[in-house]
Amino acid sequence: MIPGPFSYHRPATVADAVKLLSSLGEEARPLAGGHSLVPMMKLRLATPEHLVDLHGVAALKGISRSGNAIVIGAMATQHELLASDEIGQSLPILHEIALLIADPQVRYRGTIGGNVANGDPGNDMPALMMTLGASYRLEGASGARDVAATEFYQGAYFTALEPGELLTSISVPVPPAGHGYAYEKLKRKVGDYATAAAAVVLTMADGKVATCAIGLTNLSETPLLATDAAKAVIGTSLDPATLKKAAEAAVAIMSPAADARGPVEYRKHVGGIMVMRALSRAAACAK
Amino acid sequence: MAKTHVTMKVNGAEVEGLVEPRTLLVHFIRENLALTGTHIGCETTHCGACTIDIDGMSVKSCTMFAVQAQGSDIMTIEGVANADGSLSALQEGFRMMHGLQCGFCTPGMILRAQRLLKENPAPTEAEIRMGISGNFCRCTGYQNIVRAIQYAAAKINGVEFQEAAE
Repeated sequence: MIPGPFSYHRPATVADAVKLLSSLGEEARPLAGGHSLVPMMKLRLATPEHLVDLHGVAALKGISRSGNAIVIGAMATQHELLASDEIGQSLPILHEIALLIADPQVRYRGTIGGNVANGDPGNDMPALMMTLGASYRLEGASGARDVAATEFYQGAYFTALEPGELLTSISVPVPPAGHGYAYEKLKRKVGDYATAAAAVVLTMADGKVATCAIGLTNLSETPLLATDAAKAVIGTSLDPATLKKAAEAAVAIMSPAADARGPVEYRKHVGGIMVMRALSRAAACAK
Repeated sequence: MAKTHVTMKVNGAEVEGLVEPRTLLVHFIRENLALTGTHIGCETTHCGACTIDIDGMSVKSCTMFAVQAQGSDIMTIEGVANADGSLSALQEGFRMMHGLQCGFCTPGMILRAQRLLKENPAPTEAEIRMGISGNFCRCTGYQNIVRAIQYAAAKINGVEFQEAAE
């Protein structure tokens, strides 16, 4: 399978990349890791006339701490996230999730920016970014703006990115020390997209849940923040009745597609189970 | 579409060629360089048959354009054997442990396992299985591939290879 013809551009700065994307118009696509875009191009489901390869833009790499946030360059690969001690200490759930994405080869190339910007409801990072309260830096011809992950996703493959804009970095507030976390992902095989998945980040005080956020992957056209489910567990010790109540509140907002991963009823059912498992495991590892 | 001049190092030798931007790296390797040991399996980034080593990473060469490999350092299966022509520890392991049947996945398996052992010289069985989770084999059921990698790890580390009890 051979992709359609295109012109290849390799800018060295964010400014040049943005200039290319805005001047070339809608037929231009940024190329990050390429592990979603290139297969689509080979199937001729995507036929961009211009590719703007971001691998030459050094400013898009790197993971650094800025105050109480971790700032991750859009071109940081899943492999680099896994190799980062800073991520391991401050955002251990990112390690857990990165290891569940595809396979080693894909993780060497696949980037966090591509994962969150593509708008694929099957991608794992978007729900986590909503759970963690992350924000995305978008840069365009008219300047930069920050958009909360919770405001970014509008539909399958539709995001707040305007034509000509580039997602350049992600800022993730560091959760409090001793927080509990878990990502429960049901999948058919290693490397698959989720049949249903839930991310939980919580804090405990005196054996009871003090704060909690729950994100859901591949259970709607966009990642979801299950706010009612999270509210239902505050002040509880996550007894079985509370877990069931939280799962029911989460299931109520799910609207998954019926596909090869199962019919709607099944995916909602297992989605509720992922919420319960993630809550229990997060509480167990909280200090 | 205008062609682009690319240069890169493949198995220690400087190579060059003219490619269209859309030329996949695996096609450049197989067709321009006539190194046909790198196989094309699924073409959809799932199977890992086209795995090569590039700048210290295992990469599926069907999912990268040749123009993106400009200036890079690549190893394919043709560059794996020892300098004197004898089999590398992994090649020997696949031979001794019957790690292949049809052989189609083997070049990708060996390149992937080689990078895995560089990053983790003494992997557990579970780490080996996760480490090759991007490489499909439709013959062996993976058992002997895992043994082959364990054999190579033992040989590289200078310890005696002991098969786990059934």
